[in-house]
Amino acid sequence: MPPNTPMITARGLSKTFRVAEKQPGFQGTLRHLIRRRHRDVAAVSGVSFVIEAGEMVGFLGPNGAGKTTTLKMLSGLIHPTGGELSVAGFRPERRQRAFLEQITLVMGNKQQLIWDLPPLDSIRVNAAVYGIDAMETKRRISELADMLELGEELHRPVRKLSLGQRMKAELLASLLHRPRVLFLDEPTLGLDVTAQARVRDFLADYNRRFGATVLLTSHYMGDITALCERVLLIHQGQLFHDGELEALTSRLAPFRQVRLELQKAYPQAAFECYGTVESHQEHQVLLLVNRERLTETVAALLTRFPVVDLEVNDPPIEDLMRSLFSAAAVSDQA
Amino acid sequence: MMPHRYAATLRRFWISSLESESEYQLNLVLECLAVVGNLAGSVFVLSLLFSGQSSLGGWSWDEALVVLGLYTLLDGFTSCLLQPNLSKIVNHVQQGTLDFVLLKPIDSQFWLSLRCFSPWGCPGLIAGLILVATGLRQSGAPIQAHSLLLGGALVISGAAILYSLWFSLAALSIWFVKVWNATEVLRYTLVAGRYPVSAYPPALRLVFVFVLPVAFMTTVPSQALLGAGSWHWAAGSLLMASGSLIASRWFWRFALRHYTSASS
Repeated sequence: MPPNTPMITARGLSKTFRVAEKQPGFQGTLRHLIRRRHRDVAAVSGVSFVIEAGEMVGFLGPNGAGKTTTLKMLSGLIHPTGGELSVAGFRPERRQRAFLEQITLVMGNKQQLIWDLPPLDSIRVNAAVYGIDAMETKRRISELADMLELGEELHRPVRKLSLGQRMKAELLASLLHRPRVLFLDEPTLGLDVTAQARVRDFLADYNRRFGATVLLTSHYMGDITALCERVLLIHQGQLFHDGELEALTSRLAPFRQVRLELQKAYPQAAFECYGTVESHQEHQVLLLVNRERLTETVAALLTRFPVVDLEVNDPPIEDLMRSLFSAAAVSDQA
Repeated sequence: MMPHRYAATLRRFWISSLESESEYQLNLVLECLAVVGNLAGSVFVLSLLFSGQSSLGGWSWDEALVVLGLYTLLDGFTSCLLQPNLSKIVNHVQQGTLDFVLLKPIDSQFWLSLRCFSPWGCPGLIAGLILVATGLRQSGAPIQAHSLLLGGALVISGAAILYSLWFSLAALSIWFVKVWNATEVLRYTLVAGRYPVSAYPPALRLVFVFVLPVAFMTTVPSQALLGAGSWHWAAGSLLMASGSLIASRWFWRFALRHYTSASS
């Protein structure tokens, strides 16, 4: 790959699936058996983005938005229907050996470890597949195990490991060949808070040490906010946002939350000229104030009312995304 | 192709699958019992077929034993390699774990065909060899190096035909997902190979040569081992084996172009 070229380039990436349609009930089943009707569904349409080497990018979107389909095209598992794609200088769908040696895909809902055997056995299989010699394998296992805080778990059958331990072992197996590009699809799925934090720390550490490029999808906003400065938001197969997480927040919510604690109670009407009153309880008021008028509004509030405490927050990103996606769902139905 | 990496990988594959299987020792006892039971049943049916006649479709009792031996050998090979590997392809497609195989820098057909080695087919392999040796010795046919060599090559090409058919059927799961029934039908059709093809009615014989080439798996190699091999049949068998291997490879690559991967 020539220097200064982006690690991942997608131009007008599209994927259409052909799905069989079936009416419910017995008649529907009979009709489905005799004459199948198909419909083309665009899972991803015209998505373009560029990711530089070493970047950690969050990939957001509701279920069925096209995140996993995009990750699978990027890793060469499925062929795009249209557009151009380049990862580490390769066209992923060709699945060349040199390309596969540079990438990995970790899926939170699927595992490659052999169920009845300790993770070390699966890891050794991977070492052979990637042509890593015994000494180097040992060195890498001990380095990654340190980073992941894995010890005797590597010697216990996978079926006897907790979900968190299993995911850590899965990460070890997937990163043994030291890939330069990591595609992570819900790597913290189902993990408890501690295990989630451990996996996040590890990913940040891996990215720092090896300069790996990471594209991460997660339903836990905590993963994204902790790891990624930049996010791609994909919605109904199209790219809705590409940029900083903060910019997404301002785009989704042109308001900020202003929480006021007052010395004495005022009627709700007293605050309505400053913004939308979200909640009002005697001494506590929660206002939504337009970003552009935030400074003057806060100054006016401080002058007009005996304020004990004032806090300005962004509305939680989860709430913003939920309202975006449910608004779209309503407009779809209309 | 990197032979060294493939050899090291195969070694790791088989070590790990033997380790997995060693968790279930009782299986070995059960498998030995199953082989003995199956063999006893087949020999009994063969003896019924021979009752009141000294030949079956032109084959003597001892010659027919060679066919039965080769069938048992092939069945052992099926249990060692084909069944444990190829039957998993459907699961891989259904559960989406085929993704992991396709992401490895190694030939996916190699991985899917040789990932597991089940030791439980070994009793069948041993029993088959013993039966072939017994049949050959008792038939009185002269044991010549070239017939053994030709017979051996034909057994291998029979196994290659069987593998290719099975693999291609399993590859259909890329489109149809559930194809267990088709592979089961294939395995049960093989049972027809227990007896010489000439023992069947002409219509079935044609099916066993051209549609489901059971004839190439047991009857043709047995003829060669018994010194009655015809070079025409041998050439046909080798041609069919290489053709079907190439076809299975092409078909797998074609199927992968249509792979959509199970959704998450």
